[in-house]
Amino acid sequence: MLNFPRWKVIMIALVCLFGITTALPNFLPENTRNNLPDFLPDQTLSLGLDLRGGVNLLFAAQTDDVVRARLNNIADQIRDLSREEGRRRDIPREQRATFTGVKIVGETVQATLRNPDLTERGRELLLPLSQSTVGGINPVLGGGVQEVTLDREGPTFTLALTDQGIEIQKRDAISRAMEVIRKRVDPDGTKEITLQPQGSDRIILEVPGASDPDEIIRLVGRTAKLSFHDVITGLSQDDIANGRLRPRQKVMPTRDGTSIVISERVIVSGEDLTDAKPSYDQGGQPVVSFTFNLAGAKRFGSHTANNVGRPFAIVLDDLVISYPTINSPILGGSGIITGVGDLAEVNELSTLLKAGALPVDLTVLSRRTIGPGVGADNIESGSMAAVVGFVAVILYMIASYGRFGLAANVALITNLVLITGVLSLFQATLTLPGIAGVVLTIGMAVDANVLIFERIREEQRAGAKPFQAMERGYGQALSTILDANITTFIAAAVLYFLGTGPVQGFAVTLAIGILTSMFTAVVLTRYILSSWLKRARWAKLPV
Amino acid sequence: MLLRLIPQETNVNFLGMRKIAAVFSILLIIGSIALFAVNSLNYGIDFEGGIEVEFGYEDRSVDISAIRAVVEPLGMGDVSVKSIDDGNSALIRIERQPGGDQAQSDATLRVREAFEAAMPDIVFRQGNIIGPVVSGELKRDGIIAVTVAVFLVLIYIWFRFEWQFGLGAVIALLHDVLLTVGFFAITRLDFNLSIIAALLTIVGYSLNDTVVVYDRVRENIRKYRKMAMQDVLNLSLNQTLSRTVMTSVTTLLALFALFFLGGDVIQGFTAAMIWGVVVGTYSSIFVASPLLMFFKIRRESMILDDDDKDPTVDKSRPGPFSQV
Repeated sequence: MLNFPRWKVIMIALVCLFGITTALPNFLPENTRNNLPDFLPDQTLSLGLDLRGGVNLLFAAQTDDVVRARLNNIADQIRDLSREEGRRRDIPREQRATFTGVKIVGETVQATLRNPDLTERGRELLLPLSQSTVGGINPVLGGGVQEVTLDREGPTFTLALTDQGIEIQKRDAISRAMEVIRKRVDPDGTKEITLQPQGSDRIILEVPGASDPDEIIRLVGRTAKLSFHDVITGLSQDDIANGRLRPRQKVMPTRDGTSIVISERVIVSGEDLTDAKPSYDQGGQPVVSFTFNLAGAKRFGSHTANNVGRPFAIVLDDLVISYPTINSPILGGSGIITGVGDLAEVNELSTLLKAGALPVDLTVLSRRTIGPGVGADNIESGSMAAVVGFVAVILYMIASYGRFGLAANVALITNLVLITGVLSLFQATLTLPGIAGVVLTIGMAVDANVLIFERIREEQRAGAKPFQAMERGYGQALSTILDANITTFIAAAVLYFLGTGPVQGFAVTLAIGILTSMFTAVVLTRYILSSWLKRARWAKLPV
Repeated sequence: MLLRLIPQETNVNFLGMRKIAAVFSILLIIGSIALFAVNSLNYGIDFEGGIEVEFGYEDRSVDISAIRAVVEPLGMGDVSVKSIDDGNSALIRIERQPGGDQAQSDATLRVREAFEAAMPDIVFRQGNIIGPVVSGELKRDGIIAVTVAVFLVLIYIWFRFEWQFGLGAVIALLHDVLLTVGFFAITRLDFNLSIIAALLTIVGYSLNDTVVVYDRVRENIRKYRKMAMQDVLNLSLNQTLSRTVMTSVTTLLALFALFFLGGDVIQGFTAAMIWGVVVGTYSSIFVASPLLMFFKIRRESMILDDDDKDPTVDKSRPGPFSQV
């Protein structure tokens, strides 16, 4: 047990080397770090907001809207199918399977056949709707998840969303929303923001260094729904005021306070944009210049070609921002939006348009702002405490166990290096409670050595020779150490999976500390002490 | 000469004190529950919701009454001002304002503007707004986390030892958690999210202590088959006493460093931990071990347990190293 085969020694050396190379970048100046060869890791500890300052926001996504929209969409499809069937000329009217009373009930859509005898034809019509799948291609099963089920009771068909389908839709909406938030808050990807989902309908956003949560919330919260519409001209002010409009026409306020009437039909929408950026028009006014994708360019091109001389409206979040007149067909698929406002507003709109619209509405549940001074203070007090606690423990161990205490201290330092290395490598966030977790690990990591050394003392008192005492000390303490560490690890794991924010930060360092301390306190000290013992040949262990 | 806090061989009759200890513990538990029922806890913003803002100076203390004079005229209902960071900062807690998130945000803005006008050189240090949904959930999640951890631990010890050990360890744990809650009820320390982490670490630590003692008890039950249970327990406690003290002292050293130097944010956390280490050490000796006597372990079942596989049973057997 005290003899170490060569491969074990190499393993120990490799683990220590791993700790040193992964922890090293933290102690190098930045320009040295950037010049490290590629095979060496160069990540440093990623500090939590409480250590560097910034804004933390928790959003709730109205994912129920996603489900509602999907149900509406199914209902619309049924109505379309029914209308098409009703127009068929090849079969007599009473043989056409048309539906009535298409309505949304809970998470289902119901539709009743006008002629209850046509259930076969009705099923045939609706079956394609239930064959839609979501969740992409499953590598094992091939298909995605069935999203809609079809049932019939008498003449009434029920199309229900499956729980799995709903789940995937929601998850999908959340991840799309996160992508949009990222593009809006950090368009250049330089701010090191963190975005993570929490539960099924929450999003946590952390922006280091920011100080104004309101500004971020405004940027994130804007729907930024852009669409181009035909403008209805030739209506009298009286008609507009009294709302005497045709179907699918509506009155829209404009930026300058007046109202115009537009067609509800969307020519092209923000979804068809591939790019948007700020620029200036000939008059030197800031404008947003945009590019459509192929489909958008085609639709916009044919609309402008057919409507030269007529105005069209650019609508952003239910407000007409401008309604220029088409001078000539716009076929290139790009254009500019004028009348947005000053340069700041133009910049913001470009970012928003490029990021796309949010798939779900977001509400703010909590916001935390930590000033940069507080972060610096926290780092200072946290590391001060860690250093003092560490030195106190080291001195106490030497005072209590002499040379054996020294070996335990080497293990302790290695442990700290390993924790730093693992945290840097996996980019786990170090928070103030995380530092507390490290300090606690210092206190508890020596427990393993205390257990071993006390056991060795006991064995020695009982008359065991040095080698025997060492071997039994390590052997018998091991099961206790395992039991003790596993129970603490269970607590840390529960904290990690059920906890949030500061609790998780604490759990991560505690769990890593337990794992690394098992190596340093048990394996490393045994190696140090047994090579020491073989060389020194003590008659009695100096413990 | 090596430092020894505990003599090499001790012979304390811990189990002889079990009746006094039981009365003491039960009184403390009743006291904690009563305090909690009457006083409740001083819940932090995480659990209570509302607005929290901190203003301060880098190098001088703030005048708390002047701060109050700025905030109170704003008419925001229940406002409390507390000095933190050695008096260099003031932490202002404001109850949740009627209205949605926007109302909270506007209120924070008004406070900031009021300070900019009244004390132009004071620095805004941090601000938190916690909605009611979140605070309720955080409370619930905290309780779930502690319950799940205790339950998993019960299962683990049951699996590793006997059911009596599992039950004994969990009762000792509940004892520690209840006394810690009592500690927070009496000290009025801020009970926030990181205290839940502290509670769970106390669970882990106390368990660590209990498992070390139980491990020795199991070993001694197998070794000294004729010895009376009380003597086995006393022997085990005395054998592990020096380790128990040693580990408590090292952990406390690290914790006291955190308590005095770690700043306000983790002070409540470390206070809870220090209390937990003391209580956890006490409970593993005076609660967890006497409970084994109370539950009457069937020694036969333990001795018949795979004796051969356990290296701790036969100490006379030569180890592979004795040939070296």
